[in-house]
Amino acid sequence: MSEFALTHAWLIPLLPALAFVVIGFFTRLDKSISAKIAISMISVSFLLALGVLAAVISGPITMDNPLIQKVLWAKMGTLELSMGVLVDPMTAMMLIVVTTVALLVQIYSVGYMEHDPGAGRFFAFLSLFASSMLGLVISVNFLQMYAFWELVGVCSYLLIGFYYYKISAREAAKKAFITTRIGDFGMLLGILLLQITFGTLDFMELKELVPAYIWISGTGFMTVVGLLLFIGPIGKSGQFPLHVWLPDAMEGPTPVSALIHAATMVVAGVYLVGRAYFIFSALPAVMTVIAWIGGFTAFFAATIAITQRPFKRILAYSTISQLGYMMLALGVGSLTASMFHLMTHAFFKALLFLCAGAVIEAMNEEADIFKMGGLRHRMPTTFKCMAVGVLAIAGVPPFAGFFSKDMILAAAAEVSMPLYLLAAATAFLTAFYMARLLFVAFFGEVREDCPAHETNSYMRMPLVVLAVLAVVSGAWGHFAGFGEWVYFGAVQEEHIDFMIAGSSVLLTLIAFALAYEIYVAKRFSAHLLAQRFGILYTLSYNKYYVDEFYTIVRNTFVDKLGAVLYWFDLHVVDGVVNGLAKGVGCLSCVFTALQNGQAQRYVAVFYCGVIVLVAYSVFCAVRILNLLGGAF
Amino acid sequence: MGFPLLSTVLLAPLLMALVICFLPREAREQIRVLAAAAMGLATCLTLYAYAAYDTAVGGMQFTEQIPWVTDLGVSYSLGIDGISLPMLLLTDVIGLASVFSSWNIEKRAKEFFILLLILIAGVTGTFVACDLFIFLLCYEVVVIPIYIMVLIWGSTKRVPKEYSGMKLTIFLLMGSAFMLVGIVSLYLGAYPAGQRTFDIQALIMASQMGNMSAEFQIFVFLLLLTGFGSLLSMFPFHSWSPDGYAGAPTAVSMIHAGVLKKIGGYGLIRLGLMVLPLGAKFWAPLIAGLAMINVMYAAYCAMVQKDLKYIIGYSSVSHMGYVLLGFAALNVVSISGAIANMVAHGIMASLFFSQIGYVYEKTHMRSIPDLKGLAHYFPRVTIGFMLAGMASVGLPGLIEFVPEVTIFMGTIGVYPFFAVIAIAGIIFTALYILRMLAKVLFGPKDEHFAKYEDQKGVEVLPLLLLGLFLVGFGIFPELLMRVIDSGVQPLAPMLAALSDVPMLLGGGF
Repeated sequence: MSEFALTHAWLIPLLPALAFVVIGFFTRLDKSISAKIAISMISVSFLLALGVLAAVISGPITMDNPLIQKVLWAKMGTLELSMGVLVDPMTAMMLIVVTTVALLVQIYSVGYMEHDPGAGRFFAFLSLFASSMLGLVISVNFLQMYAFWELVGVCSYLLIGFYYYKISAREAAKKAFITTRIGDFGMLLGILLLQITFGTLDFMELKELVPAYIWISGTGFMTVVGLLLFIGPIGKSGQFPLHVWLPDAMEGPTPVSALIHAATMVVAGVYLVGRAYFIFSALPAVMTVIAWIGGFTAFFAATIAITQRPFKRILAYSTISQLGYMMLALGVGSLTASMFHLMTHAFFKALLFLCAGAVIEAMNEEADIFKMGGLRHRMPTTFKCMAVGVLAIAGVPPFAGFFSKDMILAAAAEVSMPLYLLAAATAFLTAFYMARLLFVAFFGEVREDCPAHETNSYMRMPLVVLAVLAVVSGAWGHFAGFGEWVYFGAVQEEHIDFMIAGSSVLLTLIAFALAYEIYVAKRFSAHLLAQRFGILYTLSYNKYYVDEFYTIVRNTFVDKLGAVLYWFDLHVVDGVVNGLAKGVGCLSCVFTALQNGQAQRYVAVFYCGVIVLVAYSVFCAVRILNLLGGAF
Repeated sequence: MGFPLLSTVLLAPLLMALVICFLPREAREQIRVLAAAAMGLATCLTLYAYAAYDTAVGGMQFTEQIPWVTDLGVSYSLGIDGISLPMLLLTDVIGLASVFSSWNIEKRAKEFFILLLILIAGVTGTFVACDLFIFLLCYEVVVIPIYIMVLIWGSTKRVPKEYSGMKLTIFLLMGSAFMLVGIVSLYLGAYPAGQRTFDIQALIMASQMGNMSAEFQIFVFLLLLTGFGSLLSMFPFHSWSPDGYAGAPTAVSMIHAGVLKKIGGYGLIRLGLMVLPLGAKFWAPLIAGLAMINVMYAAYCAMVQKDLKYIIGYSSVSHMGYVLLGFAALNVVSISGAIANMVAHGIMASLFFSQIGYVYEKTHMRSIPDLKGLAHYFPRVTIGFMLAGMASVGLPGLIEFVPEVTIFMGTIGVYPFFAVIAIAGIIFTALYILRMLAKVLFGPKDEHFAKYEDQKGVEVLPLLLLGLFLVGFGIFPELLMRVIDSGVQPLAPMLAALSDVPMLLGGGF
């Protein structure tokens, strides 16, 4: 069975694609059948992914010895573009993460989309997304990855804009697409440079060629390539300064936020860096950039998250921050820590988002956490799941986040003290804003007008499963030896550094206590604190005005310049064209005037001509006579 | 000689136009069905040729030759190879779709379909002709129906339709004037008197034998570049394109943007490169620079447009920049990409125009501020817009992705600077396309549009037909690239030799 799954791994992305086609063409209008098709296809994919995992664990496949299948996609001259399947432990892990979350989110969506007439379309898009994401995960070369990278981007666009009648949703969708496009531009340049330098984009071939090239020619050119490639992940994984689209992407339905903008698509950037780690790890300058962008993003987003009010927006900044962690881990050289955190984060962040969906639906689309309160009485299951998610992301042992975050902190501490301090400060902030979210929304008194109620069973079941995963995935990874399995270069030993783990747990507990004092016991007034730190609070609440900056840039360099160039086109380029036409027109006026059909005019002209001719001959005659006279 | 397939494809629309001449003007129903039947037949035969073309053998196939004016070396000679076959397919598919898009024409339907069929036949002829005389003849046949169609069935928005029609025609004629001089020079320069011929293969032979000096090639190429370049809306000869499309009726916009424009790129490759390689080499850096301007400048202009047809008009100018860039890099990969990109752009531009045409036919609106939230009432049109729009931004799985990436791969090593700027065009394309889609399709419901019906019946066919190719060639690019590759591969030795010739003009960008 597992052997079958391994050799048929190409079916994993293909089945959801099939679901997309069937739903799109035939069952779009029937939401229950559409949901059944989508869920059954992703279930089969999930089973196949389990089979692949089993085969990878038991078989000879390791990070250095992957399974490869390829087919030719297009060929021109000597250039061959192929598509295929690359299975190694990292792929297997991603396949499990994506299919699990996708399956659970689709089950959840049955409940969430119950009253939406567009549910069929929703399941079609979700299936298309799952298919594209799985295709990205199994990529054998950069081109395939880029192709699916674009496809997940467009699925994200379609799903953020799912409520297309809302202006905010449609604008957010557009923003997401264009912002990530900027990153894709850089990445595409990097890919093209790889192609013309090495003549191939295949991961396995490049793995051989790149170190040799760096050995001979030094790191100069490859550093440029590496930086260009990294721009793609900056866009896709919401790293500073291209993070602006991710918070806005929360306009999409919440299951989409959970699946695409928390667990899977946004980690594609991390996955790409991991997949191409043989390039990045050989370029120290690029690694430093990755580490610092990751570390800075983690901290930066966390400082924004502590002042935001909408439920999902807090989680969105938290996602940006956690993605920063993963980048940081990659930058300091630990592929294992990054991938481990990617896995645990996928589970607990999906859980948090699905809880958010349940809460916001129960609150009749009210998203401001300060208008909630006491929800733990109304929604006990959701509350418990949410609490598990908060403990997991805050890194409280033995929840999942503890193990993976600890590994990142340890890896950072080995490389750079400032980065470690940044990461530790982020951990503190993370615990604080997550506790704030939990306390404000779920503790305190129930508001009188609160419409909240527990969610339906379709939505509860995935919450419980994800909660279990958020508890066990960390410990399982730690004790089962995730590092012996997903690694780069040498196997990474598992050990807990008690200094680092202890201090981060301590920080977390302090943050929890602080949040409790402020938001539950109300010993300090949050309002007063905000006033005390006026400028900082304003900056954070307004997200450091990054959006406003981009608006100015866009207005100047896109709209204004466009208007100028269009003016040039109308008045200069076309001016010449019309001017030429007018010139020809004038010329023809002159000639027309000569042929107006009036005999008198013709005679007059004729007469003038005769006079001119006579005058000319007289002139000539005189000249000739003169000449003759001179000769004589 | 077997069944004259290409002649049938060429003459089916013409003969049908003749038949329609004898039908009464009231028989609108029969006229449009007959027009569709003629185009259907041509499309089926072309599809057959496409499937039956032997890519392993390559070269001109399905050839037909009848000597015509032997004294001048003119013969009725048809044939297709890997370069013209995709163009032929494009012509017939878009031709068929344009007939369906004109299904509801009320005004002078008889004349409309006659002219449309003549137009399609003319375009077909330019691609299947192996003889430059036939090529020019067919090209001139194209010009007349376009002028009449814009004047009678066109629309007046920013500029009067008389102006657009005139502009379109004058640019086309100006192009043909330069082409004519260039072609006559080729005719006179290739062989001494007595052996002269208009046969393209013979001209290529002459070039290979060294009958044409470098100076001659450089001069004649400039003539051809001006002619074909203005047809391909190369900066600064592009300004006819947005105005012309805006004034033209839907079918003319579809055919013009979809295939007619591509005669420019096709001619540059067939005559410019294959007959005058040294000329192409000399002018290539200039073309690359203009190509970059085309891409970015037109994208910027598209950004500030209000009229949908102007957006697509500028967008098509912008996309032609990629074709020019691929041509200018002069290698197998980039030229394959350029040809594929012409096919890709043809399909998506005509899909765009057919959908805009439908909306305009129903609502008499096509200005962005007037149109909003169409997705509520026009779900099928929305799918058409989304497909064409997503193809424009180069989404993988749709037709434009592989051609674009191929062009990029072929050019970035040759003209790094121009290529990088042109590749940045993918961001700007996304900007103006997504802005347009967002404003026109999405947003709150507007009751004003409730009274209009979505596409149904025959009206859906353009979307289905073009969408099929848009997705089919996108997911299976090898279906397209296989044929193109067989056409470009024979140029490989010549291109390799050309790359050793030092660049005389500029270079190094």
